[in-house]
Amino acid sequence: MSNIPSELKYTKSHEWLRVEGDGTVTVGISDHAQALLGDMVFVELPEPGTSLDAGEECAVVESVKAASDVYAPVTGEVVAANELLEDAPETINTDAYNDGWLFRIKLEDEAELKDLLDAEAYAELVTEEDH
Amino acid sequence: MSNEPLIFEHSRPGRVNRAQSAHLGGNLDGIPESLRRKQPPRLPEVSELDAVRHYTRLSQKNFSIDTHFYPLGSCTMKYNPRACNTLASLPGFLGQHPLSAERDSQGILACLWDLQEMLKEVTGMTAVSLTPMAGAQGEFAGVAMIRAYHDARGDNARTEILVPDAAHGTNPATATMCGYKVREIPTDTHGDIDIEALMAAVGPQTAGIMLTNPSTLGVFERRIHEIARIVHEAGGLLYYDGANLNAILGKVKPGDMDFDVIHMNLHKTFSTPHGGGGPGAGPVGVSERLQPFMPIPVVGRDDSGAFRWLDERDLPQTIGRLSAHMGNTGILLRAYIYALMLGREGMVRIADYATLNANYLMARLRDAGFDMALPERRATHEFILTLKHQAREPGVTAMDFAKRLLDYGFHAPTTYFPLIIPECLLIEPTETESKQTLDAFVEAMAAIQAEAEKDIETLKGAPYSLPVRRLDDVKAARKLDLRWQAEA
Amino acid sequence: MPFIPHTEDDTRAMLATCGVDSIEDLFDEIPPELRADALDGIPAGRDELAVSRLLHARAAENAQPLCFSGAGAYEHHIPAAVWEITTRGEYYSAYTPYQAEASQGTLQLLYEFQTMMAELTAMEVANASLYDGATALAEAVLMAVRANRKSKARRIFMPRTVHPRYRDVMQTIVRHQGITLELLDYNSAGGHIDPASLPAEPGDITALVIPQPNFFGVLEDADALTDWAHTHGALVIGVVNPTAMAVITPPGEWGVLDENRGADIVCGEGQPLGIPLASGGPYFGFMCCKQKIVRQMPGRIIGATVDLEGKRGYVLTLQAREQHIRRSKATSNICTNQGLMTTAATIYMTVMGPTGLERVARQCHANTRALVQRLGETDGVETLFDRPGFHERVLRLPRPAGEVLAELAERSILGGVDLAADYPELGHALLVCATETRSEADIDAYAKALAEVLG
Repeated sequence: MSNIPSELKYTKSHEWLRVEGDGTVTVGISDHAQALLGDMVFVELPEPGTSLDAGEECAVVESVKAASDVYAPVTGEVVAANELLEDAPETINTDAYNDGWLFRIKLEDEAELKDLLDAEAYAELVTEEDH
Repeated sequence: MSNEPLIFEHSRPGRVNRAQSAHLGGNLDGIPESLRRKQPPRLPEVSELDAVRHYTRLSQKNFSIDTHFYPLGSCTMKYNPRACNTLASLPGFLGQHPLSAERDSQGILACLWDLQEMLKEVTGMTAVSLTPMAGAQGEFAGVAMIRAYHDARGDNARTEILVPDAAHGTNPATATMCGYKVREIPTDTHGDIDIEALMAAVGPQTAGIMLTNPSTLGVFERRIHEIARIVHEAGGLLYYDGANLNAILGKVKPGDMDFDVIHMNLHKTFSTPHGGGGPGAGPVGVSERLQPFMPIPVVGRDDSGAFRWLDERDLPQTIGRLSAHMGNTGILLRAYIYALMLGREGMVRIADYATLNANYLMARLRDAGFDMALPERRATHEFILTLKHQAREPGVTAMDFAKRLLDYGFHAPTTYFPLIIPECLLIEPTETESKQTLDAFVEAMAAIQAEAEKDIETLKGAPYSLPVRRLDDVKAARKLDLRWQAEA
Repeated sequence: MPFIPHTEDDTRAMLATCGVDSIEDLFDEIPPELRADALDGIPAGRDELAVSRLLHARAAENAQPLCFSGAGAYEHHIPAAVWEITTRGEYYSAYTPYQAEASQGTLQLLYEFQTMMAELTAMEVANASLYDGATALAEAVLMAVRANRKSKARRIFMPRTVHPRYRDVMQTIVRHQGITLELLDYNSAGGHIDPASLPAEPGDITALVIPQPNFFGVLEDADALTDWAHTHGALVIGVVNPTAMAVITPPGEWGVLDENRGADIVCGEGQPLGIPLASGGPYFGFMCCKQKIVRQMPGRIIGATVDLEGKRGYVLTLQAREQHIRRSKATSNICTNQGLMTTAATIYMTVMGPTGLERVARQCHANTRALVQRLGETDGVETLFDRPGFHERVLRLPRPAGEVLAELAERSILGGVDLAADYPELGHALLVCATETRSEADIDAYAKALAEVLG
């Protein structure tokens, strides 16, 4: 059973998002997603300063058997990317929700957060996909 | 088997092969120092015997058709007749410069002309261009022709290529290279295209659809005429991926299935060698409306009957050239020799016995307790076995089966393709294998199944009898080591 | 039945297992209206003896003139060991090495190949081959567009000294990607791209292509061109002849500016490395690059790793770039490459070694100089371009080259390549080449024949 922290928001494409309270949000991929992809070998991240639209492809996580696009869950400017992942992409496997974060976005419109899934809804989605 | 060092590790400074170049040399007058290389490249310095022994030993670490049964689905690993190599290697063919005059090239041109004609006949297409150098390049040529056709009619709003979700990865990759968006069409539970989804997907944006028939699921797409009608009525064209042509050679002509363009993989159906990953050849056949757009050069004849190359002067609307010369000529020649030996009866027999072997193997494996992905369907030249139950309990995956088969002396079937079938093995025996070989394969599969029920760890650790045990793909991708470096 | 082993008993037993009466029954899912008629247009099958007779006759219809043509395909001596080993069934009839444990021979060989190509070009890494030199250049252009993230223009500077057919192929392949190929004209005295002729403020350029030697056989000022490109934010794509690499500055060392030294991507035609002329193929394309952009490189790449017991082994790596995983977002649609040709090339480079390859390169250079000198003794024949060259040269004849070549052909000489269609501004121009396989007597024979034809 995968780990789905209740304080986070989620997308149907398996990103998680943490509202930091300073106008930024942190984005990563869910524990379920990392388990499906397997051992991470490479991560391509957006450069800080890049403007993203919600739903835009902005990063790639790559394992031996798959490469998967990561989509921006909300609109805004990238303010940080997790450089740790360049040398240690496996951090996503070991700690998807903390050290394995991908990038941080300065949120443009808080209303977009309402469109995201809560933990319960995401858990339901994961269960459905398993069947 | 012992570890064979890298050739660089055999190298000793100053060791040279006198036989090769002792009397060659000359000064570099006219080339200023500033343009000259300062340090020679660190190529190996070994004797001819060192080289021969090293590469012979490496060869012995390979599985190959010549040494092992290779039931690799969608790859058509049939016997490569020796005559094809020997005759294609006659000095009169090997020594020919590609820019030789046509009058000095009538021998090779005649062979290529004959091959074009035979491929036209067996596919039911109007014309054939032999120039694409592999299946993927044939696909590129085909989709580029579809695009050129729409463009020539001023029909510029077509932006999408439809591709079944079970398709080879080259299909969507090719559509992208031709500037199209890819829209996937789902497969129904019987392995056919989901017609309703297709009808919902087609429209004025549809440039065409790329189909394999028999499909990558190893079954014949029964409603092909309906699919063709739907796509054609929407103004799109039909592309036939010839990867599975072996199944229907001489039985069904793609042209009769209303395809507008097809590519053939000569290294599959026409038995040219796979060579450890090529070279292949991917000729394209076209219907009349795509003929003006064919890639060049194409072999033609002048009024006197002499053969000549057709180029942009003959085909001004061509999509252009795909290689510096005329494609993988030597591979085309091998396919031609094979086709001559088969003749018209031999071609049909390929489909007969490839289909018999696949259906027999499927029946035997089913009797041995294995699950088929599409149990109610006939196999074509290949079929899919799914290990989803074994994966759940006792927890043995398709990959484990594949690796353990190597210990039993069989190359693994294709694993994890098509992507839409869980834990699958795609099995294609080809027509050149005997009943006895197929029976031995069934016994191996049954033995592995017994091991799985008894001792799962044995499978997880396989293979044991090969030059290396299971290799660490993850380390290879994380810590890239793509070349040998001399110790500092 | 050719290549089908079934006895009648086997077939009967197999049909019984399948639960059908005849093979025909196995095709019952195919709609009857789709079934083909007999293949009347295809001849009846022949046995090996009959086919052998036909093919020997056909091979004899190909004339075998003395070859002085190059233009991307070169007649070199191929040591006998090369194809003796390459055509061993274990290489010849193996599949792509996806099952690594069953393919260590091919994989280790390709790892050695990658090392040799990287050494030859002085680049950091290489892939395991592309189709040919022309498609390799097209793929290099597509790769440059992906790798040069600072450039948004998708604009490539393409010298006219690049092989005209390579430029044709590039047009075919990159046409649908919104890429602009801007032609750079050559200096009419030198036959090269004069760095001084390049714009001082070129704007956003994605990459500059540098052929070395170029199509005319002339050596480009690669250092200055590389520095110019890097100064303007463009990547450098080298397209090089591998034999020449034994004696001239390799692309990994181009440029004098310390930062960002060397070409970024290097590609070329591998045919000179042990591949027969064979009417144009199969040959192979090669590609090398700086390691930092390796994830943008198309084609298969082999990496070293270890097995469960820590023993060295080799696998296909970075597969997530490729079409079978990445599908519509792959770096290229390439799947099958030219595996067997790289096998031959690896053995060729091994048997020749650094010394052998250098001797070949020097002999080619010397022979071409001798050829040009001898041909120039005939009245009206002049050498074009005063820049240094490697093993090809452009001559200007007093009559159309096509006519002269036809008359030489009657004397069993393939006298070079007519440049009239691609470079009409050069007049009656002919591209000639003499590799190490041409003897003094051969050169003499050509000179005498040319004197007769023009006399």
